[in-house]
This record gives sequence, C-alpha cells and structure tokens, in this order.
Amino acid sequence: MSDQERAKQDRRQTDASSSDEVIDDASVAPDATERGERLKNELDELLDEIDEVLETNAEEFVKSYIQKGGE
Amino acid sequence: MAVPKTLGIETEYGIVHRGVDSPNPISASSLLINAYLSRSTKPGCGPGAPRVGWDFVDESPSLDARGFTPLDSIAPEIETHMVNAVLTNGARYYVDHAHPELSTPECADPLSIVLQDRAAESILVESMEAANAVLPDGQELVVYKNNSDGKGNSYGCHENYLMDRATPFSRIVQHATTHFVTRQVFTGAGKVGCELPFRDRGHIPFQLTQRADFFEEEIGLETTLKRPIINTRDEPHADPLRYRRLHVIVGDANLCEVATFLKVGTTALVLAMVEDDLLDQRLAVVDPVRALQAVSWDLTLSHPLTLSDGRTATAVEIQWELLAEARKYLDDRGDAMVGGPVAHEVVRRWESVLAGLESDPDSLAGQVDWVTKRRVVEGVRRRHELDPADLKLAAVDLQYHDLRPDRSLFARLGAETLVDPEDVRTAATTPPVDTRAYFRGRCLSRWPDKIVTANWDSMVFEAGGETLRRVPMMEPSRGTEEHVGTLLDTCESVEELLERLST
Repeated sequence: MSDQERAKQDRRQTDASSSDEVIDDASVAPDATERGERLKNELDELLDEIDEVLETNAEEFVKSYIQKGGE
Repeated sequence: MAVPKTLGIETEYGIVHRGVDSPNPISASSLLINAYLSRSTKPGCGPGAPRVGWDFVDESPSLDARGFTPLDSIAPEIETHMVNAVLTNGARYYVDHAHPELSTPECADPLSIVLQDRAAESILVESMEAANAVLPDGQELVVYKNNSDGKGNSYGCHENYLMDRATPFSRIVQHATTHFVTRQVFTGAGKVGCELPFRDRGHIPFQLTQRADFFEEEIGLETTLKRPIINTRDEPHADPLRYRRLHVIVGDANLCEVATFLKVGTTALVLAMVEDDLLDQRLAVVDPVRALQAVSWDLTLSHPLTLSDGRTATAVEIQWELLAEARKYLDDRGDAMVGGPVAHEVVRRWESVLAGLESDPDSLAGQVDWVTKRRVVEGVRRRHELDPADLKLAAVDLQYHDLRPDRSLFARLGAETLVDPEDVRTAATTPPVDTRAYFRGRCLSRWPDKIVTANWDSMVFEAGGETLRRVPMMEPSRGTEEHVGTLLDTCESVEELLERLST
C-alpha cells in the first residue's frame, strides 16, 4: 500500500468514527446528519478522484484559460 | 400593477480551443454552434435542412429606459454577420462577441426557467460532442459555464423579466438594487481570487460571486465597460406601450438548480412587489457598488450594510425582510403574476436557504454554488496543504464549471435537482407550452423551410409565391399551447396557418 493510499484509508476511518459520534448526538436532526454525512463522504470520494480528473498541469491550465470580455 | 412575469436567461459560455497554436474564440464559437445545427436529422436542424436565422429588425439595444441616451455611454453593438439561429424549443443560439451564447425561450415560471437553463447546458454539451467529432485528432473544444477567466475578463449571464411599463423606473432601480446586492448570498457561483484592477488576486482568496468585482456604476446602458448594477436597456421585445423588460446583468451563471430557481424566483417576486408599490422606501442600500463587493467578499455573511434611513443590516437580514414581504404579497394578492403555484415553492426554498445560511452554510452544498464550490476548494487546499493563492485552487474553480460530463467537478457533487433529466432532454428540442415560445418552436418544427426569419416578437413566413408575411407576437403570454395548440395541430400548411391566423 502506498503512503497516499494508506493516508486515504486512515482518513476514511477517521471520518467513519467521527460521523458515528455525530449520529449519537440527539440534538442534531437525523435528516440533516444523514445529509451532512452523505455530502462529506461524497466530498471525500471526490477529493480521491480529483487528482485524476483535474487538469494535469494546473498552473498551465489556469494561465492559458483566457477569455475575451463579453456581453 | 404587476403583469405576469415572463422570464428568460441568456448565458455566454467560456470557450477553449485546445490543440491549436493561436486559438480564435469567434471561429471556435461558430464551429461549436454550426456543429450542433448540422448534427442530426431532426426537422429544422438536419443536414441540408434550412436553418432559420435571427431577424434583427426590431433590435435597438441603445434605447435607454431612462428616456435618453447619455452621450458618453456606449451601446452594445449587434453583430449580424455571425452564426445566429433559432431552435425548435424557441431558444436563440448564437455567437456573441467571442462566446457562444444561448438565450432560453420565454418561460412563465422559475421552474420552467430551471428546465430550460439545464436544456441549454445539454445543448452546449451536445455541441461540444458534435464539434469534437469533426475536429482533427489532438484538437478539442471545451465549454465552461462561468463568468470570468480569473484575469479580469468577464462575460455574462443575463436575466430578463417582463414588467409593467407604467411602473416608475426609479422605483425599480431602488428596490431591484437592494435585492441584487443582497441576493448574492444565495446566487453567487463562488470565485477563487479577486479581479479588481490594481489588486493582487490573492487579496480575496475566495468570494461569493464571479461578477461583483466587475461592477463600477449603479445604473447605465453599458454591459461591457463600466458595468452598472441596473442596466437601462429598454427593448421590451413586446408591446412597448404596455411592457418593459428589465434586463439584469449583475448575476452569476449557476450550476445548482436550486440557485437558478431562487435567483429568478425571488427576483420575480420582488419586481411584482415593486410594480404594486408594496416595498418600504427605506429598504435602500447606501453606496450599492461598494456594498455589492463587500457582500461578495464576506464569507462570514456578517458585513453590515447601511440603509437609507441610517440603520444597518446584513445581506441575509435584508433578504429576510424581502421574504416576509413576499409571503404577505402571496397571501394578499395571490400567485397569478409570479408563476402560479411554483411561487409558493420559491418562498419555501427561500426561507430554507436563508435559515441554512444563518445556521450552517455548509449544509447548503448542492443548493448554493459558492458553498458547493468552496467545500471542494477547501478540501483540496487542506488535503494538499496548499497556499490559498496556489493556482491548483484556481484550476479547481475553473473545472467546477467545465461542461464536459467526464470532467465537470460540479457533476460529481450530487447536487439537488428540481427537474427530471428526461424532461431536460425533451426541453432541448421542445418549447415551453405556456408562452409565445410555443408558437415559435412548433412552427419551426413543422415548417422549417417556410420560415424566413424569426425573433422574439415576430416570425416571417413564406406565404406562397414571392410573398412574405410577418406574424407579430407582441404579447408574450399569447401563442401558448392553449391558444394555438389545436390550430397548429390541424393546419396542413403555412398558407392555411396564415389564413386561419388572419380570420
């Protein structure tokens, strides 16, 4: 397992334990907690993917994105 | 008195031509749109089928709502030589300056706007696919639904609202300005960096909107220079004695459906209240240009805005006041002028979003673009321990708006949807049934080779032999399925249609 993969796994375990705590907290509405947790998991998955999806040379991509003013 | 709020959105998209040494955005935009128009065998768009072009006869973008044209203002020029087509869903698809632009057909309520805004995106996606299929290997057109290149160049997402001509323009200016300054808390599409002249882009690491940095005036006719919060273009595209069209240039293009729904839905309600003169005169923000930017730059949503009576309130607090007035408006006057039953959903969502902004803005990820984008930007920054000015974060910002389904970051975020994807596909070729767009779109589907040109308020038909006949459509709420559905279904030819229309 690479360091990066291990880091991802650690992060997921941390997230799982912290979200258990949130669910135990009765003051938080279950719908909001569920939605918050789903969004958090989705974000983590997205961040996992993002290095693959993001333009390979971010700096070059940003510099070359030049538009003419419109309207 | 309020009139039914016919609505529309026109979006200029960012475009990149990859794999060429000196890309030309004008020809790239033309290529994109031509590829779409030639892509299929559907009536009106098929290879060899006649394309129906835009008719500029009634365009007069230099008319000013204030009744004069200031000598130092520069009216937008109309470019008549570029690709400019009318689609079977009643939309206009064209090259504007150096961008592909799509104007939705006229819609009668904000949910219909969401559907057509999504349909517009799907048309752009299909255009990219069609263009890339004919481009040489190594070349690609990529379209972005954003409003800024991060280097001080902006392009717009404009909204249009039909209003009563009798409403004093000064009253519109006062209350619309207050709404535009404060609605940014849920309409902002989010931006990494700052684009004010002479400021370092890292001066503001992240702000609520794409557009606020580009506004310099409170009111004016321009759209490209010295942009004003209130644009005074007076081109109703309808009976000018009864109507004006408020052309709103201050908003961001939204990807979140809830944001588009609220942007247009709340504004329609505010404008109806302005027409009926129901809003408190004191609800006016002092120094609105600075206020617009201050709200956009304040992620804590706590910036105090000064009102004309001297009190201060945050943008969210002012929005609560407008919401309370809108509830009262619906109770007292009903929903007929503001999109019917959908207006009640606008008010419900408006309340829910304001409550979320106060208690936990992050809970609005998937509903409000700036929140949705910031979570990703912050996530990437933390994971890679990046400096806030790292260009990788600017890349995340741009790619949030990338319309390629396999590259779009937004598409991966599971945002809440209000419309069915199947309905979106249908809306790309089929007009709304409850505005004059129905007549325009249906005629284009049925008789594309008999229509010479079309625009918002008229169509020109070949009427047999050498004769051309212009059919005016000066009333946006006529020409609906209810009015002309049976007529269009039962006419065998354009000649018969014209005959029956004139009797």
